[in-house]
Amino acid sequence: MAAKRKKRRMGLEEKKAMMGYVFVLPFIIGLLTFFLFPMIQSFIFSLNVIEVVEGGYTLRPNGINYYKTALLQYVSTANEGKSFMTLIGEGLAAMATQVLLVVIFSFFAANLLNQKFRGRSVARAIFFLPVILMSGVIIAVDSGDLLQSSMGLTQTDAQEGSFQAVALARVLLSTRLDTRFVDFIVSAVNRIYEIVSASGVQILVFLAGLQSISPSLFEASNIEGATGWENFWKITFPMVSPLILVNTVYTVIDTLTNSNSVVMTIIRDEAFRNAKYGLSSAMAWIYFVAIMLVVAIITGIISRLVFYQE
Amino acid sequence: MNAMLEKITNIKLFGHHRLTGYTLGRLGWSIVRGVIIIGICFLILYPTMVKFLVSVMSEQDLYDISVKYIAKNPTLDNYKTVITAMKYPEAFWNTLKLSLFTSIMQLVSCTIIGYGFARFKFKGRGLLFALVIITLIVPPQTIMIPLYLHFKDFDILGIFKLILGKPLKLLGGYAPFVLMSATGMGLKNGLYIYIIRQFFRGMPKELEEAAYVDGAGLFRTFYKIMLPSAVPAMLTVFLFSFVWQWTDSFYSSLFLSGGLRVLSNALSGVSHAIALHLTNLRGSATTVYLSPVLSSMYINTASLLVILPLLLVYIVAQRYFVESIERTGIVG
Repeated sequence: MAAKRKKRRMGLEEKKAMMGYVFVLPFIIGLLTFFLFPMIQSFIFSLNVIEVVEGGYTLRPNGINYYKTALLQYVSTANEGKSFMTLIGEGLAAMATQVLLVVIFSFFAANLLNQKFRGRSVARAIFFLPVILMSGVIIAVDSGDLLQSSMGLTQTDAQEGSFQAVALARVLLSTRLDTRFVDFIVSAVNRIYEIVSASGVQILVFLAGLQSISPSLFEASNIEGATGWENFWKITFPMVSPLILVNTVYTVIDTLTNSNSVVMTIIRDEAFRNAKYGLSSAMAWIYFVAIMLVVAIITGIISRLVFYQE
Repeated sequence: MNAMLEKITNIKLFGHHRLTGYTLGRLGWSIVRGVIIIGICFLILYPTMVKFLVSVMSEQDLYDISVKYIAKNPTLDNYKTVITAMKYPEAFWNTLKLSLFTSIMQLVSCTIIGYGFARFKFKGRGLLFALVIITLIVPPQTIMIPLYLHFKDFDILGIFKLILGKPLKLLGGYAPFVLMSATGMGLKNGLYIYIIRQFFRGMPKELEEAAYVDGAGLFRTFYKIMLPSAVPAMLTVFLFSFVWQWTDSFYSSLFLSGGLRVLSNALSGVSHAIALHLTNLRGSATTVYLSPVLSSMYINTASLLVILPLLLVYIVAQRYFVESIERTGIVG
């Protein structure tokens, strides 16, 4: 009797677990066929010379030569003869500034949009417009476009558009602040359009977080006589701090895997323009490892600083 | 004199002093806030407005220094040229079909997968979900060549070769997109699975338990009880996937170049297409040279035409974009 009952309960749980697999099954199929298998294949490609022949391709073992080439010898003629590693380094440095600015801006904007004022829904609609206006092929076409750079919205080396903050740089430099700090501020102002356009999803996430804070927390603290400033630092900030992690990681990935970035363009061109599939795969793997490292480090640092309710 | 003035102001403010200071502060802040918000809104809208203003300029307006924003000889010829050169109607319908197919497929697959992750305990769930996040982190360039070859000669364990004598050629059509979306591997699908999972996790368990007690099966509970409440989250996923598929250039150029004509590929090659079109139109022997200014104007007109349908969708659905995500519990 006891054994029978036990068997029946196990059956129900097993059934639920099995149903779990049924629901997730599409993902498992996709993961194997369109992700893990291609990943392994791309790794094999990176260790071989690939020659396209009639009806397929042949592989000739090449060891880690493509990795050596990518790390040590490769120079990009399209990018002033810089090495692949230099370009990755530059990409990471640019990413760091970008992420910092985007996260700060989106947090600030979400707080603004969370307040009550007339025309709020219109303002919100416009703030999220970049999700549409600045996606995929549109960014690719806009960057380096003459009209756009003449507005001073995209960065070109030679041009100083109408939105460039030359005067600001002069004022700040005359205050004898640290030049690195001045550079940061000036680049932030110069890139304001880029930052605003990259912040749509992040604002949405912060806004959702702000609205999920229970109003009773603020009521209680107001009764205790807390000021708005105190409310912000003691309630709002800790409550949304887990989202700072989410948004940082999202922005890091969004910036680094953007298919218009310099490194991504090189990887694509090596494959489809120069038909160096092996080298392209090796580069993609190096870049992938670099991204994983960056994400792991950032997650490690930020998750120590984040406040969790549980 | 000064003292008297002070006295007068004090009297005037007496009794309302705190209130006045408070209101003044609030008034000041709402002015600052208004300036910031209007400024940012202007910044976001400005490039698109300029694109539009430039797109109606005639060629002589473009070279005229006295013309900055408002065209002296407004014309719609640019639109005509761009529409014919990029074969807009055909590309538009193809893109619409492609975006609808993929976003519906993604919606269905991500909802099912997300529910599976949110509500069932099974061995390896944590690992599988970690892999969902990994699919987001891996740059698609890493797997681009294998995927390309995969779809070039598509086969599952040699079955198609056995039956048809040769593997299927799937490049250049809808198939790669549909297959990848149906299995949760399409563009940014990891993000959608995450959103849906978070949403279902935030729903009370009692809802399902009550349904089970009443004798509803797992599938019945899923589509009768859980799905109707998940509409806001699903709408968000649908809109995002539709918009991002519409402007996607990575998978489109990988799978469709030379095949199905879609807007994003047409936009990438638009200046070349226009040069060819004008050459044919004027019947000249050599390719017409487009000055940088002219070419830029055509590109911007074309990009306006690409985003125009999305803008219309956004104007109608922006409430769902903005407000539904707040309720999707993406945060919890």
